[in-house]
Amino acid sequence: MPNSEQHPEIWKLLDAIPDPEIPVISIIELGVVREVQHVNSKVTITITPTYSGCPAVNLFQDEIVTTLNNNGYTDVEINTTYSPAWTTDWMPETAKQKLKEFGIAPPEIKMDSHDKLDLFKDNEKVVACPYCNSTNSHLESQFGSTACKALYFCDDCIQPFEHFKCI
Amino acid sequence: MKNELIKYCLRLGDNSLILSHRLSEYSSNGPFLEEDLALTNVSLDHLGQAEEWLKYVGDLEGKGKSADDLAYKRKEQEYFNCQLVEFPNTDFAYLSARQFFIDAFNYFLYSELIASKDETIAAIAAKSLKEVTYHLRRSSEWIIRLGDGTEESKEKIQAAIDDLWMYVGDLFETDDIENTLISEGIAANINKVKANWNERVNEILHLATLDRPENEYAVSGGKNGFHSEHMGYILNDMQYLVNAYPDAVW
Repeated sequence: MPNSEQHPEIWKLLDAIPDPEIPVISIIELGVVREVQHVNSKVTITITPTYSGCPAVNLFQDEIVTTLNNNGYTDVEINTTYSPAWTTDWMPETAKQKLKEFGIAPPEIKMDSHDKLDLFKDNEKVVACPYCNSTNSHLESQFGSTACKALYFCDDCIQPFEHFKCI
Repeated sequence: MKNELIKYCLRLGDNSLILSHRLSEYSSNGPFLEEDLALTNVSLDHLGQAEEWLKYVGDLEGKGKSADDLAYKRKEQEYFNCQLVEFPNTDFAYLSARQFFIDAFNYFLYSELIASKDETIAAIAAKSLKEVTYHLRRSSEWIIRLGDGTEESKEKIQAAIDDLWMYVGDLFETDDIENTLISEGIAANINKVKANWNERVNEILHLATLDRPENEYAVSGGKNGFHSEHMGYILNDMQYLVNAYPDAVW
C-alpha cells in the first residue's frame, strides 16, 4: 500500500468504503487508492481504475468525496492515474481470504511480469472452488458479471462460481 | 508535433469508441447468456479505453474539451477510426471476425506502445494490453470454434472473413503523421504490428481450418476521416442525446 503511513486518519476513513460490487472488501484492499495528499486544508486522492471501463469508478469517486466531506474535509480533489496499471498483485492476502469466504475464487497467480499471450493457458488453469475447495472445476466463460471476474463451474459440488481474474 | 500526436491518439481512441458502440448494439442479442456478458464486457473495456485516449487528446489540445465533448460533438469527417469498426453486426460470424481482426491488431499495437517515449501513451497501452489479451483469447477461440465446427458455422465464418478482408488494409495504412511519430519513438512500428498480426491470423485460420482470403484490394481513408456509408447512422444514433439535449448532465 503506498504512503499509508502519512495521513493514517484519511486512509482509515477510505478503508471503511466498501467496493460497490464486492462489499466484503474495501476500496483500499482492492488497491485502487494510490496516493493521499493533505496540504493545508486540501485533500487530494489519486485513484486508478481496475479495468478501463469499470463503471464502479465514478461511484468510488462520489463515495470518497462524500465520506471525506462528512468527516470535515471539505476541499477534496480526485485525480486519476493509469500508471502503474492496476494489478491484482496489490490485493493483500487478507482481502483474498474475504473474497473466498464471499464465494469468489481469489486471484492466485502473481502477475509481476507481463502476461504473455497464450491462447489456451487460462483454460488449463486450475481454480479451486470457493465452496468445497475442489480443484475439479472448469472454465465456463472468461467474462463474468463484472469485468474483473470470470465464470467457473465446480464439477464436484455442481455449482457455478466466480473467479477474480489475475491481471 | 503536437498536431500529429493529437491525430494519432484520435485514431486509436475513435477505433475503440466506434467499436464499443457497435458491440453495445448487440447487447442482449448474444447467442447465450455467458457470451452476451462477454461481449458487453468487451464493449465496456473499449469504451474505457476510448475515454482514456480522448481525455489525453483534450489535455493536449488545451481547449478545455472533455472526453465526452470529443466523443459526442464532432462531425463525421473529424473521426479518424478505421472503417473495419464501422461494419454492422450482420450476424454473429461477422461480429466475431471483425472482433478477431481488431483484437489481434490492438494486441500487437499495444505490445509496441508500452515502450512509447510518450509516457501517457505508454501508460494507456500498458493498461489496455491486459484487457486486450483477454479479448484476443476469446475472439481467437470463437474463430476456431466456428471454423472447425459444423458445416453451417464454417460456411458463415468463412463468408464473414472474406467480406471483411478488404477492411483490414485500412488498419495498417501509414502516412507522414504516423511515420514522424514512429521515427520519434512515440508511435508503434506499424510494419512490426502487421507482421505479428499476419502471423497470428494465419495460425488461427489454420487451427480453424479456414482459408485466408487472397483478395488484396483494400479500402482506405478511415484514418483521415473518410468513412463507409455506415458511419453516419452510427453517429446519428450515438450523438442523439447530445443533439436533443445539449449539455445534459445527470
